Amino acid sequence: MNRRVFRKGKNAAFLLLSLLATATGLVCLGAILWTLLTHGLAGMSKHVFTEMTPPPGSEGGLLNAIYGSAIMTLLGILIGSPIGVLAGTYLAEYGRHSRLSAIVRFINDVLLSAPSIIIGLFIYQIVVVKMGHFSAFAGALSLAVLAIPVTLRTTEDMLNLVPGGMKDSSAALGAYTWRTIISVLYPAARSGIVTGLLLAIARISGETAPLLFTALNNQFWSTQLNAPMANLPVVIFQFALSPYKDWQDLAWTGALIITVSILILSVSARIVLALIQSDGSRGQ
Amino acid sequence: MMPSAKTPKHLKLRPPVAAAAPQTGTGGPAKVEVRGLNFYYGDVQSLHGINMTLADRSITAFIGPSGCGKSTLLRVLNRMYALYPKQRAEGEVLIGGINILGPAIDVAELRYRVGMVFQKPTPFPMSVFDNVAFGLRLAGGMRTADLKSRVESALRDAALWDDVKNKLNADGRSLSGGEQQRLCIARAVAVQPEVLLLDEPTSALDPISTLRVEETLESLREKYCIVVVTHNLQQAARVADVTGFMYLGELVEIGPSREIFTSPKNRRTDDYITGRFG
Repeated sequence: MNRRVFRKGKNAAFLLLSLLATATGLVCLGAILWTLLTHGLAGMSKHVFTEMTPPPGSEGGLLNAIYGSAIMTLLGILIGSPIGVLAGTYLAEYGRHSRLSAIVRFINDVLLSAPSIIIGLFIYQIVVVKMGHFSAFAGALSLAVLAIPVTLRTTEDMLNLVPGGMKDSSAALGAYTWRTIISVLYPAARSGIVTGLLLAIARISGETAPLLFTALNNQFWSTQLNAPMANLPVVIFQFALSPYKDWQDLAWTGALIITVSILILSVSARIVLALIQSDGSRGQ
Repeated sequence: MMPSAKTPKHLKLRPPVAAAAPQTGTGGPAKVEVRGLNFYYGDVQSLHGINMTLADRSITAFIGPSGCGKSTLLRVLNRMYALYPKQRAEGEVLIGGINILGPAIDVAELRYRVGMVFQKPTPFPMSVFDNVAFGLRLAGGMRTADLKSRVESALRDAALWDDVKNKLNADGRSLSGGEQQRLCIARAVAVQPEVLLLDEPTSALDPISTLRVEETLESLREKYCIVVVTHNLQQAARVADVTGFMYLGELVEIGPSREIFTSPKNRRTDDYITGRFG
């Protein structure tokens, strides 16, 4: 009987510990979001979306930074994700057992955990120095390099989850491997691969360090890919560290904008995926 | 005709000479001829000197204990093994008179002519219609109206048309297990292959679904050279015109199912079908 009580006690203790751990995580997350909301909403106004980043002490907004972040994130994902998805496809389908794949997989893991400032320095060295000036293009390239390992890894993992019988069945009908990949495997792994793309977007849209060395910043409206471009992370970095109250408020607002836009993107992507899926399986 | 209980289990079996190229006597003319087939997984030989002739418009079943090589034999007939590294076949496999193990064979085209259905149903992530049309679209050059009629007749052949005619746009994965397997059969017969291979097609299904699949096979018998691998002896006895017993990578005996199940020539076959081992 004693033993039974002891075992029940152990169970309760473990339950308590895991509840505590969960609560700690949730409380931290809640506190971060709460701080972000209260501070960010304080500086929120229509000026944020209509005016350029201001000099200290005057009215202004974040329009140039929002535009710059959107453009560079978009370009980064457009350049990085096809490379990541195709390389992941190679690892999962064509070269599953090859030596090259093992090497690429290892290097990708290293890249996945490489500090982003290193990526920034790398692009600085091979693009910014060669061109002689900072540019939005260099910023987008550094973000692309960050997006590659995320999309590569998720694509490979998701393709490996597709049942092997599906691949064999397609081959047994006379389909070449490329046809099987495009017509059968990609649709089967679609939601997983899209999740990988979203993760990559979320990752790169908040990166500051690589942009410091590449796109730098710009106080003015600029759509030139060939010139420095404003962007939210670097603006937040500069404004938050400044002694000016109005700059600090704008920094909070910028942080809130990044967080909310990632949230909206993820939720809408889920909804679209769910719609596509249910469209295909009305019988269920 | 009970065999001696003292038959040593390691008894080395050789295919009887009479079985070198047995003419099965049922169905149409010879469709598949296998001569001196050896198969290797890396260094391990898993098929030993297989010789057989399979007739067109008939059902041939292969039975035998797990690991006896019956699935391997099936995977040679459409060169499925070539998808995996370190697997190779020696000998000759003639389908319609052409050696499919030859180097000049385009495996994609071969697999188009030799259809295959797997143990687990594998509907593609697309609609019922698109699943069946998949192979036809690979070939290309087909008008929409023709495509529709081919899909319908394939679904009728697989005894699935009445179940799915009102949900052709539903995802193939939303069907029940038995329906999914018949969908896979429809998908395989849609391209009108010369040979249809089925690898334990009912082992993942319930008895009712199994019955439907067997009825489907019966109705396809008139059109195709069908080869079924099965663990279910009753199934082989029910549907197959010809049954082959395999053991340790050898084709021990092949002949009309009635003879195999009532008066097998080989003692090992008799042991297996009477449940002494396996």
